Amino acid sequence: MIFAEWKPLDELVDKLKAHKKVLLVGCATCVAECAAGGEKETETLAPLLTMALKKQGHTVDITTATLEKQCEWEFVEELAEKAANVDAIMSLACGIGIQALAERFDPMPVYPGVNTSSLTIREEDGVWAGRCAACGDCVLDQTFGFCPIARCAKSLLNGPCGGTRKDGKCEVNEDVDCIWNLIVERAEQRGQLESLAEIRKTKNWSNSRHGGPKKVVREDLKK
Amino acid sequence: MKTIVGSNLERTLAGGHFALTAEVGPPRGPDPADVVKKAKILHGVADAFNVTDNQTAVVRMSSIAASKVLLEEGLEPVMQIVCRDRNRIAIQSDLLGAWALGLRNVLCLSGDHQSAGAGGKLNGHPGAKNVYDVDSIQLISIVKGLRDNAIQDGGDAISPAAPFFIGAAWTPFGPPEKFRTIRLAKKINAGADFIQTQAVYDMKRFAEAVRRAEDMGLTEKAAILPGIIIPRSAGMLKYMNASVPGIEVPDEMIQRMKDSADPKEEGIKITLELIDGVKNLSGIKGVHLQAIEAEELLPDVIKAAGLLPRPKID
Repeated sequence: MIFAEWKPLDELVDKLKAHKKVLLVGCATCVAECAAGGEKETETLAPLLTMALKKQGHTVDITTATLEKQCEWEFVEELAEKAANVDAIMSLACGIGIQALAERFDPMPVYPGVNTSSLTIREEDGVWAGRCAACGDCVLDQTFGFCPIARCAKSLLNGPCGGTRKDGKCEVNEDVDCIWNLIVERAEQRGQLESLAEIRKTKNWSNSRHGGPKKVVREDLKK
Repeated sequence: MKTIVGSNLERTLAGGHFALTAEVGPPRGPDPADVVKKAKILHGVADAFNVTDNQTAVVRMSSIAASKVLLEEGLEPVMQIVCRDRNRIAIQSDLLGAWALGLRNVLCLSGDHQSAGAGGKLNGHPGAKNVYDVDSIQLISIVKGLRDNAIQDGGDAISPAAPFFIGAAWTPFGPPEKFRTIRLAKKINAGADFIQTQAVYDMKRFAEAVRRAEDMGLTEKAAILPGIIIPRSAGMLKYMNASVPGIEVPDEMIQRMKDSADPKEEGIKITLELIDGVKNLSGIKGVHLQAIEAEELLPDVIKAAGLLPRPKID
């Protein structure tokens, strides 16, 4: 899922204090999965914001809505009526959803309520971990199903740096596995350690953001 | 005696001499006098001097500039390059520039992550964007391409070729330990001519690791120079053992430093024993000596180790 987290409450209050009526919009997909912008979180954040604003002497009327998908135009359209009655929107969706609202409801100011940071999996309740960096050139078959781009702090393609801790964790974060330690372990279990001896050449990053803003046209799907 | 680059380090090794490299950390400021001061202390005590590239992710004078200052002072530098801060365009551009300035040895490293900030002692720049466009092994291949094929990574030709004597690092004790020899082989296959290792204190384990490398024929293909950091206190050894990945210090050695009335002197004794130990190991071609932020210790230690004068190579 696309992972996002609430921005600090102070920052949100600062953004909204100049407004009178604000629409807080959640999204029922990824940000609901990562407990930042689903219906539950939207309904929780609204009174928190109202109180925090009031404490600073600002009376702001906050209404809420949670769309099934903020990144699909047909769902975004459902907001039209509510949006007509406010002077600002705050979105708890990922950056895609926030931009969809900004585009549809221009010139209404649309504020991000969350920071979107990564593509994660929920490892267990309350724990998320990055799994994909959308690098545009997948090597997961060569690395035994562990992504060295998203899960190595240095995105190394030819094995671990010298920073693996004694317990197999990464030098950058003692709670995170050195992914190359896991790759090597699995290669060994499968009797294929030698496959990692092959030198992986410089990577072509151009199919990711590094190649410029992404735009894909599929003629077979165009109407 | 066949050499490709003709640097002093290459010729020393090609001549069959036990090579000695030392480390010079550039200053956290712009004054070349800081580098010159170290150069004057270290003149003639080693065959080449590693110049670190923003080690522990702290901004320092660039390795390319500090290397040039050393060169002007008559010391041969080993310019270190890390993959953290520059993409393949900048790295190759700097390599051409380094060659133009007369630098002939490079050491290719991944580099400390930008969150390191001198282990928390300095602010550093933890909010920096990291690059890691290429990794250290790909970097070795790039340098080899510029040298042997006069070609850039992207396939464009350069003229003339830029011959460098290529170095790489080896952390024999880091997990996954079994892979560390394979990774060493990858570096040597990619084009590394010499290898400087993470600091060695556990001679028994190191000898086993070197034996594994020797069995794979690696000690014949590249010159391995074990790293030795002169210990100055029991606390320093304890810290390195606990917190620096890849460094293993035997308990007895930490205890020995603790029990010593003069830990500085004891640290020098330990260093001399370690140098002696690696000198007697089959497959070892030299030593890489570091006295982090205490370079003034190096001349006496090197002299006491019987490694002076350094061989004069014509």
